[in-house]
Amino acid sequence: MVIDGLDLTVPKGAIVGLLGPSGSGKTTLMRAVVGVQIIAGGSLTVFGQTAGSASLRHRVGYMTQQASIYDDLSVRQNLRYFARIQGAPLADVDRVIERTDLTGQADRLARTLSGGQANRVSLAAAMLGSPELLVLDEPTVGLDPVLRADLWDIFRGLADDGTTLLVSSHVMDEATRCDRLLLMREGELIADTSPHALLETTGADTAEDAFLAIIESEESRPAHSRTHLLAGGSRQTRRGGRAERTRKSGAR
Amino acid sequence: MTPTRTFATAGRVLLQIRNDPRTIALLLVVPSLLIGLVAWIFDETNVFATIGPAILALFPFIVMFLVTSISTLRERRSGTLERLLSMPLGRGDFILGYALAFGLLAIVQTAIAVGFATWVCGLEIEESLWLLFAVAIADALLGTALGLLASAFARTEFQVVQFMPVLIFPQILLGGIFLPRDQLPEVLEVIGDWLPLSHAIDALNAVSTGAEAVSYIWLRILFIGCWIVGAVIVGSLTLRRRTP
Repeated sequence: MVIDGLDLTVPKGAIVGLLGPSGSGKTTLMRAVVGVQIIAGGSLTVFGQTAGSASLRHRVGYMTQQASIYDDLSVRQNLRYFARIQGAPLADVDRVIERTDLTGQADRLARTLSGGQANRVSLAAAMLGSPELLVLDEPTVGLDPVLRADLWDIFRGLADDGTTLLVSSHVMDEATRCDRLLLMREGELIADTSPHALLETTGADTAEDAFLAIIESEESRPAHSRTHLLAGGSRQTRRGGRAERTRKSGAR
Repeated sequence: MTPTRTFATAGRVLLQIRNDPRTIALLLVVPSLLIGLVAWIFDETNVFATIGPAILALFPFIVMFLVTSISTLRERRSGTLERLLSMPLGRGDFILGYALAFGLLAIVQTAIAVGFATWVCGLEIEESLWLLFAVAIADALLGTALGLLASAFARTEFQVVQFMPVLIFPQILLGGIFLPRDQLPEVLEVIGDWLPLSHAIDALNAVSTGAEAVSYIWLRILFIGCWIVGAVIVGSLTLRRRTP
């Protein structure tokens, strides 16, 4: 996977959607941003520092694709442990439990939770210590529409409080809930746009159709002009607060 | 590396075990049952007095090897290790946390096994019990360190269990339980002399017979310590923040 000169300047409190079919490289990109991916070449900086550097580990929260929590601990025991590792105050545990609507399950063992509940525990763990950037890898995968809507409400609430979110999904309809969209396909970034601009430029009715339209126009274009296809319509200015900035010139 | 995070990790590992009563029962009762079985088999002979101490050396080693290799493999597979390494957790915190938790568990396990072996089965310990615990803890930490190492080379639970015959059985065979090491073919004797479990067995024999000086026992513990440090260093190299 190669991403050339992707330079994302995202306003504080924005939700950036990373969309694309399974296997398009979303997880690789997110792991690179968090700093757990071996990068074959190039550099990637977040908040002006090399991704994964020690000082960033307090500022970036990461939720992996599978609910990475301990099955044999209760919800609260899981979160207390992660809070101590993150260096967050223990009072933070109650805050994230409430925020993710897990108060009723707080003392249940994680292995007895439903998939949606386990996902929310994983999200709650990423929220500990209120990181400035949350990287969420397919947080809504496999959930029913109601639970998906609930999660997106939580994301919007976090964004309103000033957290910047990078959320991946392969459900194109979720694109409309983001402030900014990055579309990926086969390891390449094929569009950097906003939901509004996406529909306008392609003239499609749904995000799904728009994505297909982009792929079609991609295939009729020479390979070297691929990235930033729709970038013209999507430049965002910094809105108040510190902006998060990632720069990527190449990742495997 | 910070003490808070190391202790938090040790506490979390112990909490996981506490939430699993069946594992606790197996960890604490099975060694005594097996020691009782061996004592019963050799009821009419004096064999138990000879191999009893060596058997005490085996339990903390084998059990901690299995428990550590499977739990770190689970951490690698469930994504919790990846989460932890994206957080401000040092690799040393992780390893030391596990070592502390399982070291503590080994003390309790050994206390029960030794109590059973001496009071119920009549095994005689000439040297101080503290020395015996020191050897048992070194033994348990050796199992933990090798288990950590093994988990790095296994992708599934099936594979990790297969590492037991690879890393553990040769040490038992060459350790002098079946045949004293000086009666082994020369090459095997040399190999056996360098394996850590052999020294644990020697040390426990010395503790039970009181035939050697205390310094002899500490030298054996030091030798095991070198193996632990080596295995932990190699094991920590396999805990990478960045993975493909």
